[in-house]
Amino acid sequence: MQAAAPTRRLTDACKDSGCSLYRIAERATPENDDPGSEPPLYVAREKIYPQRVRGTYRRAKWIILFVTLGIYYALPFVRWHRGAGAPGQAVLIDLPGRRFYFFFIEIWPQEVYYLTGLLILAAMALFLMNAVAGRVWCGYLCPQTVWTDLFQTIERWTEGDRREHERRNAGPWTAERVARLGVKHVLWLMVAWWTGGAWVLYFADAPTLVASLATFEAPLVAYAWIGILTFTTYTLAGHMREQVCLYMCPWPRIQAALTDEWALNVTYRYDRGEPRGSVKKNEALRARGIPAGDCIDCRQCVAVCPTGVDIRNGLSLGCIQCGLCIDACDAVMAKIGRPPRLIAYDTDINIKRRLDGLKPIYRIVRGRTALYAAIIAAVGVIMLYTLATRGHEGINVIHDRNPLYVRLSNGDIRNAFSVHLLNKALEERRFILAVEGVPGAAVQVIGDNESEAGEPVVAVGPDQTREVRVLVTARGNPTGSINTPLTFRAADTKSGEAAVADDYFRWPAP
Amino acid sequence: MADQHPSGIDRLTGTATTGHVWDGIRELNNPLPRWWVWVFYATIVWAVGYWVVYPAWPLVSSYSAGMFGWHSRTSIVTDLDDLQKLRGAMAGKIAAAPLQAIENDPEMLAFARAEAKPLFAENCAPCHGTGAAGAKGFPNLNDDDWLWGGTLDDVAQTIRHGARAADSQTRGPGGMPAFGRDGILKRDDILTVAQFVRSLSGLPVEPGADLATGQKIFADNCAVCHGPGGKGNRALGAPNLTDAIWLYGSDAATIVEGLWNGRNGQMPAWASRLDDTAIKSLAVYVHTLGGGEK
Repeated sequence: MQAAAPTRRLTDACKDSGCSLYRIAERATPENDDPGSEPPLYVAREKIYPQRVRGTYRRAKWIILFVTLGIYYALPFVRWHRGAGAPGQAVLIDLPGRRFYFFFIEIWPQEVYYLTGLLILAAMALFLMNAVAGRVWCGYLCPQTVWTDLFQTIERWTEGDRREHERRNAGPWTAERVARLGVKHVLWLMVAWWTGGAWVLYFADAPTLVASLATFEAPLVAYAWIGILTFTTYTLAGHMREQVCLYMCPWPRIQAALTDEWALNVTYRYDRGEPRGSVKKNEALRARGIPAGDCIDCRQCVAVCPTGVDIRNGLSLGCIQCGLCIDACDAVMAKIGRPPRLIAYDTDINIKRRLDGLKPIYRIVRGRTALYAAIIAAVGVIMLYTLATRGHEGINVIHDRNPLYVRLSNGDIRNAFSVHLLNKALEERRFILAVEGVPGAAVQVIGDNESEAGEPVVAVGPDQTREVRVLVTARGNPTGSINTPLTFRAADTKSGEAAVADDYFRWPAP
Repeated sequence: MADQHPSGIDRLTGTATTGHVWDGIRELNNPLPRWWVWVFYATIVWAVGYWVVYPAWPLVSSYSAGMFGWHSRTSIVTDLDDLQKLRGAMAGKIAAAPLQAIENDPEMLAFARAEAKPLFAENCAPCHGTGAAGAKGFPNLNDDDWLWGGTLDDVAQTIRHGARAADSQTRGPGGMPAFGRDGILKRDDILTVAQFVRSLSGLPVEPGADLATGQKIFADNCAVCHGPGGKGNRALGAPNLTDAIWLYGSDAATIVEGLWNGRNGQMPAWASRLDDTAIKSLAVYVHTLGGGEK
């Protein structure tokens, strides 16, 4: 019985709105299991014509749209002075140079663990949003939502709002209809092209690339990526829209498993709304002292919904919780002189409590949200700490595998290593290379290198790595073990800042 | 045919039938998906186009060459030419520079070592091992013991002309005589001198070994090539017998075997197979493995 519950709820939620999910759920129910009448596996999409709406949440969505897209499109052009020889772009992913620049931060491939930290932060922020107010990400921040919003706005400009658009699409192909459709697709493609164009600007010096793109001198790969992203943006935001959320995106599934009963969701307060009926009928009922609901069944909440669900049937997979139905309902409530927020961010618990005559309770701060916030804070602090205290030099050592050791003619044992020295500073630095751990071990660097106090010195150019072949020679195994721990230490000759790496000195088997 | 719908739809599965019946078993009509069929047709069309454009059909004494005369051989030659062009600048520098200059310049050193690594794996590794650690009879190139000399020029010379190879400038002449097999020394003398040879590098000898006699036999027969003190002679490729490194092995049996049958290690000359840049790179590579001499 329990296993069947989600299907039932989904079915109920979708029944009135007629969304395609409803038909999938319906097909799976036993009563429809007649083999002779099996419907096809594919359900054609029904086009949704979301109506324009005004209100608090619509305004919030506009602000978020302008800010996020503004950042996305403009960020590559922000300049940041790093000094001679370094790129002057604030945010740059320099793939050929193997560097990532973010304002004052420069990340090397060796430091890709910062990416891990960012991903943890992103995941935890998503979980925290979910614990506080459900699918905030889906409704306001997800690129799919933001770009779809933009594309739908263009659609309303060119082909008209819900009714006009629906009426025109039901009618004959007129020259005007074709023209409006054409303008819409041209505008869509321009936005999509701009989206792809902005993407490639993050991978090269933006002004230079814009100039070379305009004169058709940019590398082919830039055009290819613009093409790919133009195609994906045009397809996903223009044509697939809510189907991405319904069929492709994993987050709604994960979200449903992660959420709990205290998370705020866009909720139809049926305690207030039911029994629904027309304005006149319900007023007549109220006049006679019979309780009547505030919902006048105007279906404005359905008309404005970008995914075409009916919020009055409760939460569903299709609902991205953007809050546009709240705005639509508030407008109607204002017109009929009833209090707003018949649809609002609320919980089922509170609806039941109101039905029982209790005060609603909200638990934004609870174990779950506190834990997510704590993890975000901890990971953030760790990342900031490592970022602030990281050195500008590094050393990586690889022991020769074949042979592991070499016996010299005088009986000494020598091990060879590939040593990578990293200089993250923007000027040339010289490092004294020394080893610790094997008494009397002598270090030699292949090639023409200087030395200081008997230790070899390796110069590494600005913002570069250098690989050198290093020979360590020692006499007499002090421990009898075939491996003696060995520590390489590269110390800046001027500042004394040092990087260390651990390895082993390998002796012949006794 | 009670379970057969008049329209030809199979009642149990709801699928249309082809109308074929064998022993009462009806064939359901489950055609391939349309998209699959069209992709299949498209591959046929593609194949026909491929025959026209590329070499495809074997003929009696030749083959159909294709519209543009494409050939995998010319393709690889083009690729190799491109590679040579890509490497051209650095390869030119390597070709022009003296060996020591290559080793002293970090950029040229890195290029030469990178170029030589696959060359070594292709040409040298079969005898000297992938890590140049050698094997019995094939010297370890990582250590500081050199049969024919360990300076850059010595190494390059040995690679170019080989040792005891079919080359007019090769290292040589001939190797160690077969003292036992050819009857130059008696069996007892060989056993005695083998013990003396071990003593040269401080290895333990058998109790009661007659080292004085061994020394005399050594002076009479071995010192000509290996030197009076056993320090070897690089002009002849005679190994140093006083150090810790043994080309074939330091145990008495191996030394006796060498004395009895002689040793005649050879290395091919590479000048005819590798170009000069490759040989220079290889010389630098071997020299920088660790044992190179100044």
